[in-house]
This record gives sequence, C-alpha cells and structure tokens, in this order.
Amino acid sequence: MKFFPIVWRNLLRRKVRTIFTLLSVFVAFLLFGLLMTIRVAFSREITIAGAERLVTIDRISLINPLPLAYSNQIQTTEAVADITHLNWFGGIYQEPKNFFPNMAVDAESYLRLYPELQIPDDQKKRWVSDRTGALVGIETAKRFGWKVGDRVPLQGVIYRRADGGPWEFTIDAIYDSTEKAVPKTNFFFHYEYMNETIREQAYGHDMVGWYVIRVKDPSQSEAVAKKIDAMFANSAHETKTSTEKAFVSGFAKQIGDIGRIMIAIASAVLFTILLVSGNTMAQAIRERTNELALLKTLGFADGRILRLVLAESVLLAVLGGFLGLGLAWALVDFIGDPTHGMLPPLDLRNRDVLLGAAIVVFLGVATGLIPAVQASRLRIVDALRKPV
Amino acid sequence: MNWLTQAFAVTGVNLRSMRERLGSSAVAIVGIVGVVMVFVGVLSIAEGFRSAMQERGDPDVALIMRSGADSEMTSGMTGEHARIIQDKPGIARDATGPLASPELLVIVGHPLQRSGTDANVPLRGVEAVALRVHSNIKIVEGRMFDRGRNEIVVGRAASRQFSGLTLGSSVTWGENVWHVVGIFEAGGSAAETELWCDAKVLQPAYRRGNTYQSLSVRLASHDSLDTLKGALTTDPRLNVSAMREPEYYARESTTLQTVIRTIGFAIAGLMGLGAIFAAVNTMYNAVASRSRDIATLRALGFGGVPVVISVLAEAAVLSVVGGLIGGLFAWAAFDGYQTSTMNFQTFSQVAFAFAVTPALLFRGLLYAVAMGLLGGLFPAIRAARLPIVTALRQL
Repeated sequence: MKFFPIVWRNLLRRKVRTIFTLLSVFVAFLLFGLLMTIRVAFSREITIAGAERLVTIDRISLINPLPLAYSNQIQTTEAVADITHLNWFGGIYQEPKNFFPNMAVDAESYLRLYPELQIPDDQKKRWVSDRTGALVGIETAKRFGWKVGDRVPLQGVIYRRADGGPWEFTIDAIYDSTEKAVPKTNFFFHYEYMNETIREQAYGHDMVGWYVIRVKDPSQSEAVAKKIDAMFANSAHETKTSTEKAFVSGFAKQIGDIGRIMIAIASAVLFTILLVSGNTMAQAIRERTNELALLKTLGFADGRILRLVLAESVLLAVLGGFLGLGLAWALVDFIGDPTHGMLPPLDLRNRDVLLGAAIVVFLGVATGLIPAVQASRLRIVDALRKPV
Repeated sequence: MNWLTQAFAVTGVNLRSMRERLGSSAVAIVGIVGVVMVFVGVLSIAEGFRSAMQERGDPDVALIMRSGADSEMTSGMTGEHARIIQDKPGIARDATGPLASPELLVIVGHPLQRSGTDANVPLRGVEAVALRVHSNIKIVEGRMFDRGRNEIVVGRAASRQFSGLTLGSSVTWGENVWHVVGIFEAGGSAAETELWCDAKVLQPAYRRGNTYQSLSVRLASHDSLDTLKGALTTDPRLNVSAMREPEYYARESTTLQTVIRTIGFAIAGLMGLGAIFAAVNTMYNAVASRSRDIATLRALGFGGVPVVISVLAEAAVLSVVGGLIGGLFAWAAFDGYQTSTMNFQTFSQVAFAFAVTPALLFRGLLYAVAMGLLGGLFPAIRAARLPIVTALRQL
C-alpha cells in the first residue's frame, strides 16, 4: 500500500483523460444496471419463492368471464386448498394517463391467497368490513398522495353504474411488501360492491374474470389443473388452468421479441463503450513504457511493476464501475417503475449486480494486463530508448 | 491571410494527417456507430408501430362507440342502436344501403408461431358491408367468408405471426371449428393482425346476444363528420360518440409508443454520453499528439480560431462517418423486421414491421454530429490555448 501514492499520481497526470475515462466507465455500468432491470421486467423472470398458485381463465379467451358459481365447485374439489377470484375493472382515475391496475376481489380469500401483501392489522380489518373500501399499493398511494380515509372516484369503463357516474371508494388500507416481485401499484376493492351495483344490468353480474387457486400439494399442480378443466369440459364456459408462473410468462411472450431486441442492441453498444474506454485506459499505460523501464532501473521487480499497473487500471475501473452500478441500483430502488404498473415490478437483482462487479474487475485487469506484461518483458535499454 | 483561409489550411492539414491517427480515430468512430445504431434501431420500433397503427386509419371513415369507452374492447351497443345510427345523415350510401359496418371485436387465445404460447388474437365479427366501408382492406387469396358459416378470413400478418392460420386450414376455439377461407391485406397496416368472421356467427359463439361493440361508417364527404356528430348527440336514444379512424388509432398507440420511446431515448441518451466521453478522449489524444505542429502553426502566425475550427472539423468528420455507418447498420439490421407485440390499450396483438425511415436516419446523423462537436469542443479550446513555447519544447 505504500506505493499507493505512485498509483494515484499516475492517475492524476492527465486529469482530463482520467475523468472522461472514469465517466465513460461510469455510464457504461449505469446502463448495464438499467438494462438488466429492463431485461428482467420484460421476461418477467421475477418469481415469488414458494408461491404455487394456479390460475383458471376461460378457455377461449381471457376476456370472457367465468360464472361465480364455479367457485364452490372448485373449492370442494379434493386437492384444492383455497380459492379466490378477481375481475379486471379497468377504471380510470381522472384521466387515462393516470393508469394503474384496479380489480374487484373477494377480500378475505384474496388476502389468504396472497399473504405476501403486508397491511397493518387495523387497516386490514377496516377494509374487510367496509363495503366501498379499497386496498391500495404503496406506490400508487404515493403517486397520488392518497392517505387512509381519502375518497377516490374511478370512472367505470367496463363496468358502469346505471347513472353513468363514477364509482366512489374509500382508501381503507395501504399495502407494501418486502418481496420485490409483488406489484405495489394495484388497487383492490370488493367484488360484492361491484356485483350488487350492476345486478340490474343485462350482463356482467355473478361473473368473475379469473380464479386463483392454491393446491394442497404443489407437486400435484398439473394434475389438479387438468382435473379442474375436466370438470367444466363441454359446459358453456370451458376453462383453462395453468400455474401462475406459466400464466405470467405467457404474458411476457406476448410482448414478444421487442424487449429482447432492444436489449440485444443495447448490449452490443455497452460492449463497444467498454472496448473504447478500455482502449483509452490501455493507451494511458502504453505511452508510459519508458517510465516503467525507469522504475525497473531503480530496482523495482517485474512483479511489483505488474501490480502497480494493475492497481491503477483496476482502481479506475472500480471507481467508475461501482459508482455506475450504485446509481443504477439507487434509481431502480428509489424512483421505481416509470410506467406505473404497465410493466411488472422492476428489480435490479443481486445476481446481476455481482455480474456487473465481476465485469468491472475484469475490465480493470484486462486493460492493465497487456501493457503491463509488455512493459515487464522489455529490456530496460530498449524501453528507455523508445520515443514517446 | 485572413482567418477563414487559415482555418481551411489548418483543417486540410488535420484531415490529411488523420491517417496517422487511424487507431484513435477508429475508436471514436466505433463509439458513435454504436450509439447511432441503437438510437435509430430502437426508434425504428416505435416508428414501425406508429405507422402500422396510423396507416390503418382512413380519414373518411368514422368509428362510433359508446361514450366514454376508451377502446373498442370496452365499448358496446345493441343491434337496435346500430340500426338507428346507420340512417343518420353524413353517412355515405351505395346501391345496397348505408355504408355502415357494425362490428364485434373479441380476443381468442391462439398460439404464437415464435413461442408456441397463447397470445391475445383479435377476432372481428363483421358483415358483408365491412369490405366496402374499409376500402383499404382487400382479399388477396381465397375468398370472403360466407354468411352464417364458421369461416374466417385472416390478415397477412396474422397468418405469419400465429400458428396454423394458412389458407385452407382449420382451427378450433372452444366448441367451434373455423375454416380459413381467405387471406386479406391492408397495405401492411395493423389491420392485418386481425381475423374476420361473420358477426352473426360470432355473437352466439361468444354469448353476446344481438350486440356489437362499434360501428364503422364511411362518411358521405370528408367534412360530414360534424353533421353526423350533431345528429348523434341530438338523438336522446343514443349515448355514443364518433371520431375519425386515424384519431382513434393514434390514441390506441400512445401508451406503447411512450414506453418504447422512453426506454429508447433513455438508453440512447446515456450511450450518447458514453460516446461523447470517448470522442473527448480521442480528440484530446489527437491534439496532444500534434501539439508541436499546432505550436509551430501558432508561431508562424496562425490565429486561435482557425485551430479551434480545424479540431472541430475533424471531430465532425469522424462523427459523420460514424453516423453514416451506424445508420446503415441499423437500416440493414432492422428495416422491415416483422414482429408483433401486445398493445396494452386494446389488450390484443398488433403485428408490425420495424421502419428505418429517412427522417430517422437524418435524426441519427444529427445526433452523431452533436456528439462529435460536443466531444471536440474542449480539446479544440485546449489546442488553441496551448502555450507556444512549452509546446515547441516538448519531446
């Protein structure tokens, strides 16, 4: 460590170049962090450990509702532990650009199926017993500055009130979750409230959008899914049951290769930036070959010179790279999802941060190693003679 | 010599000596090539999607939906209302009657060719008049479906993106088997993602009774939309609103475009920063390696401004070369690439082709030049300020 001043002085000898190299490495790894986050979001790779749930939808089309009466039939099936149902409400808060997912659910069973939602006990109690109450994810609540007790109107688009007016809800509870994979933008309210309000209308009442089922033995998921679909075969509403994971990844495949292509081009360029800044870093050392020879003359061993040069390039890479990764992490964690629930939750996984850190170190070693080895092999006399 | 001639002279020397700095110049060019490629590539996705949606709209066709519906999916009207509307003024007529097409749009889960997993495929129930209202849609293979039969005609893009939808094949959705009897084209627009069948067959299959979702009407003249709108609002039986098709499809594509554009600009912007830093380093190197030449010129009486201009000109040349190569790569790699994605707003698949347009290439080039000039500015000022004596003394 006593040679640290030499390393440091070397970095400072051309301040401008060092700063710009630092900045380009910084930008490259900031990008790397963000790209990894987008990649995960597009492929919806985030999963919740241990959550083995099944999703049952109408066989022909996701938009066709299923009868509410199926609930009891499925519930009494052996191997089914619990069941809940959801309806996509698609309500609009003030104007369409304020989009967030809003759904009508059966409160008690929904909370049983999704224990990963964390809600203060008093709020949970209030929501379950308040017919027009709503449970809101913390991100959406923050976005609009909603607090518990606020009244929120949603304009029905799919489900309309007979008078055409907006649906009024009271925010009773706000949920959060330590699981990053849990979307914190959803808005849930009581199916009962919706179903009773539209009872007089020709369509839509006593129908649900989709069922979510917990099986007793997760290893039997596939068999149970087949059994449920067989129960409703040849009925007016045939079903299609799959694991929640398969359902969600099917959605990601619908978005298709756009995400993949954007990431592919971006990765190519990330590589280019690394190449360019790596080249500058190597250049900075190459042009000092005769100084390295001078150090050898003074009695520095080859190994020590190698370490000095490597220390310099790794220090530069680490400073820029870690700052970039750090900022990417901070952005993802503190700013969150700019699309407000359109994309699945964004998360920069530890795995990807580690991968980034490994690339940082590799960049430092690779850019320093070649010129350092070249320098240490040189005959002193030749090196000293070499013009700048 | 005035400074302009000086500038030309120095720039000439610079450009001619670039060959000797090939290595570092190539590095700067590579950086800019990469950034322009991403910039043009990502925006070609948004552009392709936009044009597929926009070309679908016919300014002389109006779409009538329930008031407040944000898309056809959430709209609805009874057959009775559709009949009332089609007799309103402002709608074109031909020998068979008003050119008004009541339509029912549903989604079927059907596997994608590329992944084999189900996608939300739009299936539109129409009547025979639909082809006369949507005159941009033409059956190019096979024939139109027959009334009352389980037959579908398939858009060109749908046939390409979804499995098993070729002419002559049949598919099963629920209890119904459908036969593909025709392929239609619509100038490459998003309409080609759809499957069409007889509305009267689709209604019972989807338990919709005698209801539709929208009514598309051909306007009697380009300006008769207001007449129609007036007639619709004054009829107390109706609660609908009308808008031109292009307006509707523009609205339906805003969300996805915003998502692609936001990501695209953010990525290209950050990468641009990276490339600027690389260009700065390259130009500093160029200036540093020539500091003696520059000092000599200055000693001979050349002013500071010509030196600044010469460095900037070199940077501009590098960036134009980089921008052109990047644009060319993007064009070769992405233009015309066929794909489909899910439009969040209609919840269904839209097929489109990436479009690298001349305008996009031009923007890419501008971006490259801006990056180059920004990258060259500080080194240029540095070159002009170089103290002559010290520089001349340098090894």
